[in-house]
Amino acid sequence: MSTKTKIDLLLTGVGGQGNILASDIIGEVAMTAGYDVKKTDTLGMAQRGGSVVSHVRIAEKVYSPLIKEGEVDFLLAFEKLEGIRWASYLRPGGIAIINNHALPPLSVNLGVEKYPTDTEVMQVLKQRSERIYLVEGNLRAIELGNAKTLNIFILGCVSVFLPFKLPSWQETIAKHLPEKLWKLNMTAFETGRKEIENVHV
Amino acid sequence: MKKLLSGNEALALGAHNAGVTFAAAYPGTPSTEIMEAIARFKDIYAEWSTNEKVAMEVAMGACYAGARAMVSMKQVGLNVAADPFLAVATTGVNGGLVLISADDPGIHSSQGEQDNRHYAELAKVPILEPTDSQTAYDLMAYAFEISEQFDTPVMLRTTTRISHSKSIVEVKETPILPTSKIAFSPDMQKYVMLPVNARLRHPLMEERLVKLAAYGEKFPFNKIEMGERQLGVIATGISYQYAREVFPEASFLKLGMTYPLPEKIIREFAAKVDRILVVEELDPFIEEHIKAMGIKVDGKQYIPRTGELNSDIIESAGRKMGLIKTTAAAQKKLPVAIEPAKRPPLLCPGCPHSGFFYVLAGMGQRLKLPGSKDKTVKESNMIITGDIGCYTLGAYPPLNALDTNGCMGSSIGTAIGMEKAGVSAKIVAVIGDSTFLHSGITPLVDAVYNQSKITVIISDNSTTAMTGHQEHPGTGISVQGETVGKVILEDVVRGVGVKNVVVVDSFNIRELRKTIKGALDSQELSVVIVRGACVVHVPKHGATQMIDTEKCNQCGICLLVGCPAIQTTHGKQPIIDIGMCTGCTICQQICPKQAIGPVSRPKTEAQH
Repeated sequence: MSTKTKIDLLLTGVGGQGNILASDIIGEVAMTAGYDVKKTDTLGMAQRGGSVVSHVRIAEKVYSPLIKEGEVDFLLAFEKLEGIRWASYLRPGGIAIINNHALPPLSVNLGVEKYPTDTEVMQVLKQRSERIYLVEGNLRAIELGNAKTLNIFILGCVSVFLPFKLPSWQETIAKHLPEKLWKLNMTAFETGRKEIENVHV
Repeated sequence: MKKLLSGNEALALGAHNAGVTFAAAYPGTPSTEIMEAIARFKDIYAEWSTNEKVAMEVAMGACYAGARAMVSMKQVGLNVAADPFLAVATTGVNGGLVLISADDPGIHSSQGEQDNRHYAELAKVPILEPTDSQTAYDLMAYAFEISEQFDTPVMLRTTTRISHSKSIVEVKETPILPTSKIAFSPDMQKYVMLPVNARLRHPLMEERLVKLAAYGEKFPFNKIEMGERQLGVIATGISYQYAREVFPEASFLKLGMTYPLPEKIIREFAAKVDRILVVEELDPFIEEHIKAMGIKVDGKQYIPRTGELNSDIIESAGRKMGLIKTTAAAQKKLPVAIEPAKRPPLLCPGCPHSGFFYVLAGMGQRLKLPGSKDKTVKESNMIITGDIGCYTLGAYPPLNALDTNGCMGSSIGTAIGMEKAGVSAKIVAVIGDSTFLHSGITPLVDAVYNQSKITVIISDNSTTAMTGHQEHPGTGISVQGETVGKVILEDVVRGVGVKNVVVVDSFNIRELRKTIKGALDSQELSVVIVRGACVVHVPKHGATQMIDTEKCNQCGICLLVGCPAIQTTHGKQPIIDIGMCTGCTICQQICPKQAIGPVSRPKTEAQH
């Protein structure tokens, strides 16, 4: 491991999308690979439907569990609005994997606030980096027959860029899920890897 | 063995490793997961207590009997438990007693921001502060040793960011076995705090602090890490991590025991560096104690007193102090940023609190959509005092159904006070089941005794929902998931002398209207128990509902429930998101045009 290696990931989404489990899995895969790891989740007081953000930091030695603004290497947004909410955290030239899915908050549903257009989403993100991957996580998860595989699909997407071995991902995912869901989620992980190869930046 | 553990999991494992045999707690963010992790160990007696005061008292009894006991709570929990905490600080312990106080800088999920280190100073007991999960794990064993060696309870102070962050912990394989025998040896001078005995204890407490300060000089977690001499940082807890990242070249004095402070080490450190910055969250606790030693330090004139710290904030303080001279790296804020729509916490679709709030707010003429410019809404003739729980969210539009919310159990006493002060409006107190049992019973006794005529609504969803669905005495299930004693709310209410008590279904609007109206009209103290399971426990009530757009006249009444499943994303026509609808039928019951009903088959005709 190079002493200069540092990988900071920010996972953002809405309560119930599974981003906390995804961040736990990344952390454990990195620990198995011999890195120091810290991760932290911030969620509000609502049981459902609130913003959830997880910081995962990987390096030879990690101090703060929170990533500084403008220093995120990988922004993994499970929902578009939650992607642009944290866009300023992405470092120049960092990679953003944005799930092409909208969950409008109540204020939008009641017509008080507006949900950003896809053009606005891309415009905000592209100020930081050209490396934006818009992926169809919900569509693929539904094609696989289980919408809850979204988080493992996103892990598949980001795994393409991370220096961790495939068996380690598979073992850690298996450790966190009941056996009857293994096959489905391994397929979701593979689908995520393929998605990244197919989407144009 | 290496594990990736949250601070809370590490504290629980560390306690088990330290031979703890007794644990008590009341749920409260960010402390809840400590008890949930402790309860998995079969060799520890663990309980959810009725409230934090009781938790402290049962732990006090256990430690008097010789057990190594721990008690965990959120920061405001210690306000409730302050009386027994000060009491046991005075008597001292037999088996070790450790209090985990989980503070919440940034108010992620609390009613206020407070620095509980002041309580330890008040009680004259030591404070240990972990900097990550490893030190959380390691400090537990020291905490029990210190407690027994110095005859004192020990406060282990964690914060949200320590409790809820995961980092790598080297877990020891073999736990320390408890050496103490369970036996209570009566000792009137130590345990019976008659003034004559308490007067003997106070000098011992002062002596204890002197001895603890000497111990702190050799405590392995008070540690100087020398770097360059220009800057010396004194830090503790999570603040140490932020400062270490921002000032990689500086010298550090990392404090694991923050009260009493190790004066010799601090003087030694001060002599080695040109300038000292104290970095700590919330109050200048360490800073003021060091200044009292006559040592010059910088601190809160650069580091905020409020909110949670992070590396960005410390970096900006470093720039102001001239410690960081390089120009700011990449421009942090984006040049073009659209203000993203907010996503505040909400009552869930199918929440059992929604129906009675809708009825109550309707009777009080309080319902109003967010952003609505409707000026026809009259001044409300109803005051609703609120309490701590998910139902605090009823304060938001469109329900607008809470006027006050201060602390656990306060809804009932506040309502009595308003009535007795002479306000003319109807006064309703709203409290949840877990909160009622926590601290709603004594004010209800006050209402009976002082002949109050308020209405109390106990919204019973049979769980402690907001902290993540913990059991409580009203559910009759233990923290280990076993069937245990069950406290029946209506029996308690009738038992203290309330005559007008009605139990009503959370999802039956007609019955809710009738019952709440009856309670408001009665000229005596009334209690309405609104009962219905939390939607997280019962996710589907019945058939998914849809709106018949031909019958619907877009009056907007269904929107006033504040259900996230009812949306007007596409213009004025409300629709029901079938993925979110739980089939609770509240909207169907209130629709004046009978336009809402079960989704018709075939499914392809379903909306959206």
